[in-house]
Amino acid sequence: MSDALLKVTNLKKYYKTKKGVLHAVDGVDFTIEKGKTLGVVGESGCGKSTTGRAILRLVEPTSGTIDFDGVNVMSLNAEAMRKMRTQMQIIFQDPFSSLNPRKTVSEIIAEPLKLNRIITNRKEREAKIHELMSTVGLADRLFNTYPHELDGGRRQRIGIARALALDPKFIVCDEPVSALDVSIQAQILNLLQELQETRGFTFMFITHDLAVVNYFSDEIMVMYLGKVIEKATSDELFNNPLHPYTKALLSASPVPDIDHKPDRITLRGEISSPIEPKPVCRFAPRCNLCMDICNQEMPELKDVGDGHIVACHLVE
Amino acid sequence: MDNIQVSVENLVVEYKTEHGNVQAVNGVNIQVKKGKTLGIVGETGAGKTTTALAVLRLIPNPPGIVKSGKIIVDGEDISGKSEFEMNKIRGGIVSMIFQDPMTSLNPVLTVGDQIAESIGIHQGLSRKEAMKKAEEMLEMVGIPGYRSGEYPHQFSGGMKQRVGIAIALSCNPQLLIADEPTTALDVTIQAQVLQLMKSLRDQYGTSMIMITHDLGIVAEVCDDVAIMYGGRIIEQGTLEDIFKKTKHPYTEGLFNSLPNLANRTEKLKPIRGLMPDPARLPSGCVFHPRCLYAQEICQSRVPQRTDFSDTHMVCCLAYEEGTNIEVKGGGRIV
Repeated sequence: MSDALLKVTNLKKYYKTKKGVLHAVDGVDFTIEKGKTLGVVGESGCGKSTTGRAILRLVEPTSGTIDFDGVNVMSLNAEAMRKMRTQMQIIFQDPFSSLNPRKTVSEIIAEPLKLNRIITNRKEREAKIHELMSTVGLADRLFNTYPHELDGGRRQRIGIARALALDPKFIVCDEPVSALDVSIQAQILNLLQELQETRGFTFMFITHDLAVVNYFSDEIMVMYLGKVIEKATSDELFNNPLHPYTKALLSASPVPDIDHKPDRITLRGEISSPIEPKPVCRFAPRCNLCMDICNQEMPELKDVGDGHIVACHLVE
Repeated sequence: MDNIQVSVENLVVEYKTEHGNVQAVNGVNIQVKKGKTLGIVGETGAGKTTTALAVLRLIPNPPGIVKSGKIIVDGEDISGKSEFEMNKIRGGIVSMIFQDPMTSLNPVLTVGDQIAESIGIHQGLSRKEAMKKAEEMLEMVGIPGYRSGEYPHQFSGGMKQRVGIAIALSCNPQLLIADEPTTALDVTIQAQVLQLMKSLRDQYGTSMIMITHDLGIVAEVCDDVAIMYGGRIIEQGTLEDIFKKTKHPYTEGLFNSLPNLANRTEKLKPIRGLMPDPARLPSGCVFHPRCLYAQEICQSRVPQRTDFSDTHMVCCLAYEEGTNIEVKGGGRIV
């Protein structure tokens, strides 16, 4: 693991609420190697987006260490952190709310370059913007248009161009295609993949869509209520899922094939409250294989070989 | 044709805008057989929701105008009915489940009241009886009856959609229109809701129109499929016709855009370009600027329907006489 670009240890993000402490992210560890993609999967409220934002300290982690390219990110002050973020960027889910409606396409893409005083000469900056726009497949004539004039796919390309502007090493993609139509989704996924191949980006790819994550990731981490419950290489996770939640998740996604007869595990109930969870298995109330021990002890992550880790009492 | 529950004939809907008239739906014909489910598939702006709203005569006017078209529900043309008569049909004979359960429920009424409302209107029950029936409906969709006194904000997204289903089914409609009913839900909750809809449909023999962009859901729930693009139905057939004998280049493109769970190394083959602006639809075949096989003739000639069998039809010039376009017919690359 000498090639690790990002190493996150025991990352926690708690929120104080009237009803008690909400454990949004509760002790997450992972490593992403240079040029690789880690997929993070889970349903609403599992802490996947909070994890992504906490790495960039867009939400301040409650505790934990984040080691990025040999630098302890948690020790940086605001100014140093801002410099650090030139190396780590994020693409947001909603291309409708993540772009300033009062700025033109070129102003939006220019913003990181201006803020970090990367290119101060206006002519050079414009040339760079044109280059970025062509990289992400935006026509030159859109230079002075406003986001509301464009469709979702083009807007998401602006978000990508903005993230690329500072030539980062690491990009968090937070559900980058969930808001897009199927045919446009495929265009954006291909674009991200080409960029990774040509520029060697490291990605953290957050999504709820298993087909997308499988297509895109080297490794996949499954989260449930703030905890990592299983992690393995993509092939391993899809061929040999061990956690009952992972199995249910895999069986629940509809497959566009009429010969596919899903052996579906329908989960009962819904995700339980993340406020002051008991130190037991958090999936137990919905689990169809729940045993006595599941309501007494919290399962630890166990390595079952080749880096496939899972937190379940059923797995010995 | 007495096994047809609902048929829509030559529906044309226009929206008046500042930039001229927009043809949202342009000559759509669909039929839903009794007890069967028709899937309408397409991307943003294809006209799926407009078609569904037209069946209930709910197109907002202005700006929308239904230019022409017959809507026949159970053998009766409803296009000329008065608002009073329509109110009996809406919720009683044809009902709808909306995409977003967060906004389609009234936040200041209890869920029980909202279910009881349509029961009271259509079945003429007293308030007390209607509330009792509302509780039964809640139980039927898997929510404990005692929660009928709670407000929508006390329910999760999946539960709210169950309430929407309870409202839609409360008067035993003959046709249920579901407009992307699970798009806003998580996968495991989506599986629960689809399961529920399927079992209720089978139990009551309700016909259904399922509007979706997800071909996975279509494969699971539908019997027949209509693919819409630019306000037109460009291919229509049984599940097998569409999935196994794909004819239209757009349908083929939709399949090829999906990441394949079984083969993840294969690169995606997206459809090039973007959905057309409905205010400026391309001439000839609306799909030609994005079509892999388009020839010059596609820019000028409007494709007519070609029938391959009693069930399977497609609108593509490649299958018409006097054109020389090569489509890898059924060229779905699996």
